[in-house]
Amino acid sequence: MLASVWLAVAAPLLGFLVLSLFGKRLPRRLVSAAGVGSVGVAFLSSLLVFWSYLQIAPAPGGVELSLGNWFDTGGLSPRFAVTIDPLSLVMLLVVTGVGFLIHLYSAEFMREDPGLSRFFAYLNLFVGSMLVLVLARNLLLLYLGWEGVGLCSYLLIGFWYRDPQNGAAARKAFIVTRIGDTALAVGLLLLFTELGTLDLPELLARASLRWPLGSGYAVAAAALLLFGAAGKSAQLPLQTWLPDAMAGPTPVSALIHAATMVTAGVYLILRTHALFLLAPPVLLAVAVIGAATLLLAGCSALVQRDLKRVLAYSTISQLGYLFLALGVGAWSAAVFHLVTHAFFKALLFLAAGAVILAQQHEHDIFKMGGLRRRLPVVFWTFLAGASALAGLPLLTAGFYSKDLILFSAWSSGHGGAWLFAAGLAGALLTALYSFRLVFVVFFGESKTEVTHEPGRCITVPLVILAILSLVGGFIELPQNFMGGGVLSRFLDPVLAQGDPHGGPWSEAFAQIVAGLVSLLGLFLAWRFLLRAPRVAAGEIRWPLIGERLRRFWFDGFGFDRLYDALLIRPFVSLSARNAADVVDRPFLGLAWLARGGHRLLARTQTGKVRWYAAAVAVGAIVVVAVELFR
Amino acid sequence: MTVSQISLTPLIPGLLLAGVLFALGLVGLLVRRNLIFMLISVEIMLNAAALAFILAGAHHGAADGQVMFLFILAMAAAEVAVGLAIILKLGRDLGTLDADAARKLGD
Repeated sequence: MLASVWLAVAAPLLGFLVLSLFGKRLPRRLVSAAGVGSVGVAFLSSLLVFWSYLQIAPAPGGVELSLGNWFDTGGLSPRFAVTIDPLSLVMLLVVTGVGFLIHLYSAEFMREDPGLSRFFAYLNLFVGSMLVLVLARNLLLLYLGWEGVGLCSYLLIGFWYRDPQNGAAARKAFIVTRIGDTALAVGLLLLFTELGTLDLPELLARASLRWPLGSGYAVAAAALLLFGAAGKSAQLPLQTWLPDAMAGPTPVSALIHAATMVTAGVYLILRTHALFLLAPPVLLAVAVIGAATLLLAGCSALVQRDLKRVLAYSTISQLGYLFLALGVGAWSAAVFHLVTHAFFKALLFLAAGAVILAQQHEHDIFKMGGLRRRLPVVFWTFLAGASALAGLPLLTAGFYSKDLILFSAWSSGHGGAWLFAAGLAGALLTALYSFRLVFVVFFGESKTEVTHEPGRCITVPLVILAILSLVGGFIELPQNFMGGGVLSRFLDPVLAQGDPHGGPWSEAFAQIVAGLVSLLGLFLAWRFLLRAPRVAAGEIRWPLIGERLRRFWFDGFGFDRLYDALLIRPFVSLSARNAADVVDRPFLGLAWLARGGHRLLARTQTGKVRWYAAAVAVGAIVVVAVELFR
Repeated sequence: MTVSQISLTPLIPGLLLAGVLFALGLVGLLVRRNLIFMLISVEIMLNAAALAFILAGAHHGAADGQVMFLFILAMAAAEVAVGLAIILKLGRDLGTLDADAARKLGD
C-alpha cells in the first residue's frame, strides 16, 4: 500500500488541473469541495502510507518507489523516484494534515471572493509541489518542487492583484527567494560535476567517501545549499521578503509562509545533513545565522502593529530556532520543532484570520481589543497557540520542542554557551510578543465592532490545531521524562544523532531555565500591557533613543533600506543611464559609417562619362606608380 | 629581317612617340565633349598602345608584338562599330552629341 503515496501527490495536482481548466464553469460549492477534497484525499492516502510503512520492517535507507526515468542526458539521468522514510513521512503528514485543515478553513474564509477557483487551484498546486519537494529522492526533482512552491508563493501573495502593493510584495518575495534558488542551483551543478549524481543516498555516500572532513568542495557545496535554504526559509540575510508576503490572503500565510514552504530550507539541510557534517564551518554558520535571525526577528516582532506582521516576524524567529538546532546537529530536535511550529503557527495565523475577518479586515492590533468575549473560540484557540509559541512549561508543545533545541545548543558538541544564551533571549522575546498580541487583541475595551462570526469551517480547524499545539509535544518527551521520545526513535534511521545530550540534571536545568524565561516573558507582558495599558496604546512617549530603537526594529533592522541603497538604487540608476543602450553604440557606429561611405561614393556617380574616364586614368596611373615605385 | 636590323630599331624614341600619342588621346578624351571626337581620341590611344606593342616585339625579336597589334586592330574595328551605333542612337534621342548631356544614370 506504500504505492498510495502517488495518489497523495497526484490528487492535489489533479485538483489543480480540474480547477484551473473548469473552475470558472463549476458552481462555487463544487469548487470548494474539489479544492478541499483533493487535499483530503492526499491526507488520507498519506495516513495509509504511514500505516503500511509501520507494518513492514523498514530498511534503514527507507523505501524507494520509482515511476521511471525523467530524462537521460550527458550522464545525468534523474528518475521520478520518491523516498519513503521517517523524515519524508513526517513531512508528508504535516503538509497534508495541516494543509487539509487550512484548505477547510479557506473554504469559509474565501467564500465571498470572486477568485475562489483560482485560489484553490493555486493552493492545490502548492500542496502538490510541496509533496514533490519532500518526497523527492533526487535533488533535481526536489528542485522542481522547490521552484513549484516558490511559484505558488508568488501567485498567492499577489492573489489580490488589483492592489499594486500586493504585486510588489509578490515580486519581492519571488526575487529575493530567487537569489537563494540561484545559489541552490549552482550548488546542485557543483555536486553533479564533482560527484556525478544527484540521487540523494548515492550522492551523500559518494560525498563522504571522496571528500575529507572540511574539504573545499564540501564547504562550497554546503555553503551554496545553505544560501538556498536561507532564501526559502527567510533567514539572514534574505529574510526581508517574509513580512511583506503577508499581503496574501491569511490562509496562504498560514499554509505557505508559516507551516510548510518556509520549512523547505530546513528540510533541505536535514536531507543533506551528511554533507553539512563534512563542512564544520558551514555548520557553525547555520547555527550563527539561526541565532542572529531569531534575535533580530524577535525584536522586530515586539514592535509591529500589524497583527500578521507580528506573526511573520515570529515565523522568521522560529525558523531561526530551527536553523540553530540544525547548526548544533540536533536534527530530530529540528524536526520536532518544525512539526510543533507548523501546528501552532498555522493555528495563530488562522485565528488571526478569523479576527481580521471579524474586524472588517482591520490589521492594526491597537484598533482591536476586548475580543475575548465576542469571539470565545478564537480567543481560546489563539491563547493555546500563543502559549505554545511562548513555550509555557509542561502544558504546551512549544515548550518541549524549544527546550530540546535550547538544551542541544547548550550540550551538543557543535553548540556553546553563546548559542544557548541567544536562544534564551529569543525565548524571552517570543513570550513577550506572543502575550503582547493576546493582551492587546483580546483584552481591554472593544474598539471595532465584530461583524463576522466564524462558522464551523473556521472553528473546527482552529480547535483541532489548538489540541495539536497542546498535546503535540508528547510525541517527543525529554530524556529525563520517561526516557525520551517517540519521534527521535522513529527518525533515528535517517537522522542518526551523535552522542546524545548531557546528563538528566543538566537537561532539567535547561528545562527549568527555559520555563522560567517564558513565564518571565508572560509576566512582563502582563505587567506592561494589562496593568499599565497606556503603554499598549502607545500613548506614553518613549525617550528619544527608545523611539529611535523602536522605529529601527519596526523597520526590521533597516534591511530593506540597506538593500535599497546597496543594490536596488545603483541598479536602477545604472539601468536609467543605460536606457540609451551603451552596448549598442559600436554597432550603431558601424551602421553610421556604412551609410556615410555610401553617401560619399554615391557622389562620384555623376553620370558624366568624361569623369569616369578621368577616374579610370587616374586609377591606372596610381596602379602603375605603385607597381613602379614599390 | 635579321637580328642586326632588329637591334637598330629606335626603341626609346618610338616609345616616347607612343606615350605622347597616348597622352594626346587621353587629353582629347577628357577635354572634348563631342562624342565623335571622344571616339577618335580613344582610337588614338588604342593605336598608341598598338605602336608600343610593335616596338616591344621588334626590340625582343618576337612575333608576339605584331600578333597583339592584329588583335588590337580587330578589337578597334569592333569597338568603332559598336561605339558609332551607340553615338547614332544617342544623337537621335538627345538631339545632340554632347557627352555631358547623356547623364541619365547620374546621381
